Amino acid sequence: MSSQTSGRKLNSAPVFTTISYTVVSIIALICLLPFIVLLAGAFSSESSVLADGYWFWPRDVSLEAFKYIFRYPNDVLSAYKVSIIVTVVGTVLSLFISTMAAYVLGRKELKHRNKLAFFLFFTTLFNGGLAPYYIWLSRNLHLTNTYAVLILGPMFNVMYILILRSFIKSSVPEPLIESARIDGAGEMRIFLQMVLPLSKPALASIGVFTALAYWNDWWTAMMFTTKDSLIPLQYLLYKMLSSINLSSAMAQHVTSLDAPKETFKLAMTVIATGPILLVFPFAQKYFVSGVTIGAVKG
Amino acid sequence: MKDIRRNWLLYLMFLPVAVYFVVFAYIPMGGVVMAFESYSRQGGMFLSEWVGFDNFHYFFASGKAWLVTRNTFVYNIMFLGCYTVFSIVAAVFLSEIRRKSFKKLSQTLMFLPYFISWVTVSAFVYNFLNYEYGIVNKILHYVDAQALDIYSNTSYWYFLLPFLYVWKWVGYGSILYLAAIVGIDQEIYEAATIDGATRIQRIARITLPLLKPTMIFLLLLGLGRIMRGEFDMFYQLIGNNGLLMDATDIIDTLAFRSLMGSADFGMASSVGLYQSVLTLIIILAANWLVRRYDREQALF
Repeated sequence: MSSQTSGRKLNSAPVFTTISYTVVSIIALICLLPFIVLLAGAFSSESSVLADGYWFWPRDVSLEAFKYIFRYPNDVLSAYKVSIIVTVVGTVLSLFISTMAAYVLGRKELKHRNKLAFFLFFTTLFNGGLAPYYIWLSRNLHLTNTYAVLILGPMFNVMYILILRSFIKSSVPEPLIESARIDGAGEMRIFLQMVLPLSKPALASIGVFTALAYWNDWWTAMMFTTKDSLIPLQYLLYKMLSSINLSSAMAQHVTSLDAPKETFKLAMTVIATGPILLVFPFAQKYFVSGVTIGAVKG
Repeated sequence: MKDIRRNWLLYLMFLPVAVYFVVFAYIPMGGVVMAFESYSRQGGMFLSEWVGFDNFHYFFASGKAWLVTRNTFVYNIMFLGCYTVFSIVAAVFLSEIRRKSFKKLSQTLMFLPYFISWVTVSAFVYNFLNYEYGIVNKILHYVDAQALDIYSNTSYWYFLLPFLYVWKWVGYGSILYLAAIVGIDQEIYEAATIDGATRIQRIARITLPLLKPTMIFLLLLGLGRIMRGEFDMFYQLIGNNGLLMDATDIIDTLAFRSLMGSADFGMASSVGLYQSVLTLIIILAANWLVRRYDREQALF
């Protein structure tokens, strides 16, 4: 791989090359296949699915299911709104506060920095379990049915804070901070104007992981919300797939006889997953670098 | 104290995270006392009536304890094993591919399942395995084979769940192992080639042995999570399907059902504490093993 000639030399076993391409292709296709089947199902007409079942391509192309969903778009639009607000606000807050803490944890002059790191790390080793968490948040903090719980619940990941710490330590040189201090810059200014810009690559990676976690979080909503107006997209999808409690207007219509029940589920899945698949090609490199910076030292 | 006075601003910058973890992690952690109480609304988390080990007696006497522990353990061991093997296989073959565009495309496709939630995966599963309209049964129909009733037969799930787990994670794992392979010094391969090593020999004698440290480290990290079972996956794929319950009930789903289903706080909190203690013991043991193997890689 290091140079053209060695590349050619290493490539001198044609049978093995074929096997490599075949194995990789098979794995990649198995990973892709469900997405194709999903699209095929969502864009099929209900009658063709009822007659012949799902298939790898739509046997009778139709937008029936999507039209149906958007005839009463309030649930979906409201869920989009909740998901977007929670993802954007949550990711920005989480990144900013995590990076600030990570920077502090890496400062050598703090005598207690390792104790603070262990204070965070210990929460990954031991926790009180589901019941105390649920009761504390719902009955004592009264966070049920608030945006706050959707944002705060999945907010911090200790591993991300520790990864950010090692990244900042290795990419923001100590002398630079010292000289800024001598020039009279305050701690906050050093953080905002030096540390944050210099940690951009790590911020991008941790940011996309955090955003993904928020977008895909249905658990917090299931545990702590009962109001329709606070249902995020993934939880709405879950409710529709398990056909419990379709809310408001759509419920009456979906349960009616003419509703495309089968394709409806798949169209809804496409609507909930679509944004991720659209953003994915652009964000992939940040994810890949995120996986590997995390692996260097957990 | 002097340290805090001099660097108060830095400590202040850490404060939001500290407050968060006190409120959202340490106080609920103190809530483990619930496992020894008969929870009541008036008494709340900390001051309800003390009943000692009654909740645990009930949990172990229910016969569920052994079942969920076994299921959690067996599934997670299968997940970890299959994930490791397939990630390494994918990474090794990926590293043998020279055409950049092909490599990039296939990596993208493999990584795709990582990004979707288990909710979406459950839609996929329905799409494929649904008795009446699912693709699998349609294919079986074309070849005149008998349709499979997968949602009411436990034996399929011993294969399906690990398969889906690998499907979702193989892209992620292969990136980890591929990074380790790329990190191997190319001169070793060149020297081996000059000495006449075939490609298979190079993989067996160079790549795999040099992946061993990465593999052991990741395996031990995975071992730490062995008693925390993929709640999302089990809940989304199986849900409350009574027919599959015995084969697929894990500690997390039991705790969830006791809490949200039957509001049995004593049961839920004793199950939770049981899981936390098991997890802690296993992590400490795994870490001890890592330290013996390579001090540098140990978590603490």
